[in-house]
Amino acid sequence: MSQFAINLLFVGGSFLIYIGIAVWAKAGSTSDFYVAGGGVHPVTNGMAIGADWMSAASFISMAGLIAAGGYANSTFLMGWTGGYVLLAMLLAPYLRKFGKFTVPEFIGDRYYSANARLVAVICLIVASVTYVIGQMAGAGVAFSRFLEVDSTTGLMIAAVVVFIYAVLGGMKGITYTQVAQYCVLIVAYTIPAVFISLQLTGNPIPGLGMFSTHTDSGLPLLDKLNQVVTDLGFREYTADVDNKLNMVLFTLSLMIGTAGLPHVIIRFFTVPKVSDARWSGGWALVFIALLYLTAPAVASMARLNLMTTIYPEGTQSQPIEYEARPDWIRTWELTGLITYEDKNEDGRIQLYNDKNADFAATTASERGWEGNEMVVNNDILVLANPEIANLPGWVIGLIAAGGLAAALSTAAGLLLAISSAVSHDLIKGRLNPNISDKGELLAARISMGIAIVVATWLGANPPGFAAQVVALAFGIAAASLFPALMMGIFSKRVNNVGATLGMLSGLTFTLVYIFVYKGWLFIPGTNNLPDTAEYWLLGISPLSIGAVGALVNFAVAFSVSKVTAEPPVEIQELVESVRYPRGAGSAQDH
Amino acid sequence: MSGHSYDAENYWKANLRLIFGSLVIWALCSYGFAILLRPMLAGIAVGGTDLGFWFAQQGSILTFIVLIFFYAWRMNKIDEQFGVHEE
Repeated sequence: MSQFAINLLFVGGSFLIYIGIAVWAKAGSTSDFYVAGGGVHPVTNGMAIGADWMSAASFISMAGLIAAGGYANSTFLMGWTGGYVLLAMLLAPYLRKFGKFTVPEFIGDRYYSANARLVAVICLIVASVTYVIGQMAGAGVAFSRFLEVDSTTGLMIAAVVVFIYAVLGGMKGITYTQVAQYCVLIVAYTIPAVFISLQLTGNPIPGLGMFSTHTDSGLPLLDKLNQVVTDLGFREYTADVDNKLNMVLFTLSLMIGTAGLPHVIIRFFTVPKVSDARWSGGWALVFIALLYLTAPAVASMARLNLMTTIYPEGTQSQPIEYEARPDWIRTWELTGLITYEDKNEDGRIQLYNDKNADFAATTASERGWEGNEMVVNNDILVLANPEIANLPGWVIGLIAAGGLAAALSTAAGLLLAISSAVSHDLIKGRLNPNISDKGELLAARISMGIAIVVATWLGANPPGFAAQVVALAFGIAAASLFPALMMGIFSKRVNNVGATLGMLSGLTFTLVYIFVYKGWLFIPGTNNLPDTAEYWLLGISPLSIGAVGALVNFAVAFSVSKVTAEPPVEIQELVESVRYPRGAGSAQDH
Repeated sequence: MSGHSYDAENYWKANLRLIFGSLVIWALCSYGFAILLRPMLAGIAVGGTDLGFWFAQQGSILTFIVLIFFYAWRMNKIDEQFGVHEE
């Protein structure tokens, strides 16, 4: 059986399961569509949150980033898990007690202001759409690689599949589909990692393997890796970073953004009780951690395997000849994600850090190297990992299915959050309060369809961003929604004007700082300052600014509230009531 | 509405204390051990590297899980103690 047929079998088989579940769980009422009738068990819900949360960024690209950056990119690991602590303690149980469908609905009711709700809808849509573009693009690339079609066709296939089950199923369909997707993606991620950990260290648990002894050299694995990469002019894998302020703020932005992203918060409305909302957060993190504890091992082992492939006799000997390169390099070259240029015309692949001036002047020139000759895109590392380690064909098929599960489940969750904001908050809450249940459901499905078309179109013509999209989505959520939600629960004093101005100033501050360095609306060449460390204010990168934006939001909201009228008594009573679990019914309509 | 009864106030204070304590540990394991205090922990070796690196890539995540479950367990008890749990 050819690799193509195996991929088709795994991807096609997993999709039949998802679509089958979506049809089986077809939503009947609006409450079913948004929150699965409030009847989802915390463990089931935790798994669904896991699939919802772990996107193409977690599955496909995070380990690649850690492999390239080493310790410095631990920020992703801590940032994308630590947010759940904030979520479980500061938001989830109280929002569950409040018992409504959407995040803007809470903000609108708590701040007794249609304008606050509208601002929240805008923040939600901007954050979610930017995030979903990245997912669609990621799914498109994965489809095109594994089904051997061009990337536009891959994107179209992705759009059709998301459309079918998200639009038909609603939340209930999505919840159970996402449980299936979680199982597929975690098995796909873990199996190759276990194989590779056994090959390199003899330890079957990757998270322990990365701290054990490398079988071939007898050295600790990370020592061996440090030695190999420094021999080639790279920084030590475990090297500390100098700019700690930026590292702290970046981690904080990711954590606060995690807690403020509406497609995750919405999940906590689907459990039966307030106490279950607390457990759900814990279970979600357990299921997420299974991947996040494995990812750093995948990163370090893949980096070592890659270097060993290029320098089979060790870094002091000659690298391999280009003509003798393994098959996986040949196949990935076809996608353009690995490129080779024989700069010194010796027919071999010199892979090293030519940005390191000292190394270029000494070792590299002594060895007759005239520049790095092979560029390996970080994003292919996880997908190529089984091939690099010579694992059997079915593992490659499995990882294709897992990567697509990750991208599609997140895209569907985001689309649900967008569609409920449009139909429930914008149309029912503002434009046409008398809309029927049926009309609202139709509006939700239409807005989902529109969002897919927009995301697919932007995913097909990406305006040159990948990491920026993710950073913007997290920055916006961190700087706008999280502070408004938290203050809405923990302060009775913050009022309508304070919260609205807080959200607007946090959002504006964050967007402006990003656009100054990344270009206005990400249009290349429109940036005012170059996006390099020496131009950043206090060394804070645009990726880390969301945390500062959140502080601005808090500060503005508190000071404006202090000089304006205090919230009415019934609002203070509302705040009081969300703090106590007693009396929580299931999520309800008006 | 139960409003400002004595017990309700103490319930909320107990919750805030628990959150504060949990977040101190949360910050210590991530921002502390894994980032800012890493140089101070450099002497403690863990499999080819130091304790700070382990906290950054494994330990902080494990701590987060324990924290959430501890909070959920403790808080559900406090709910019952103050009689504000769900029927």
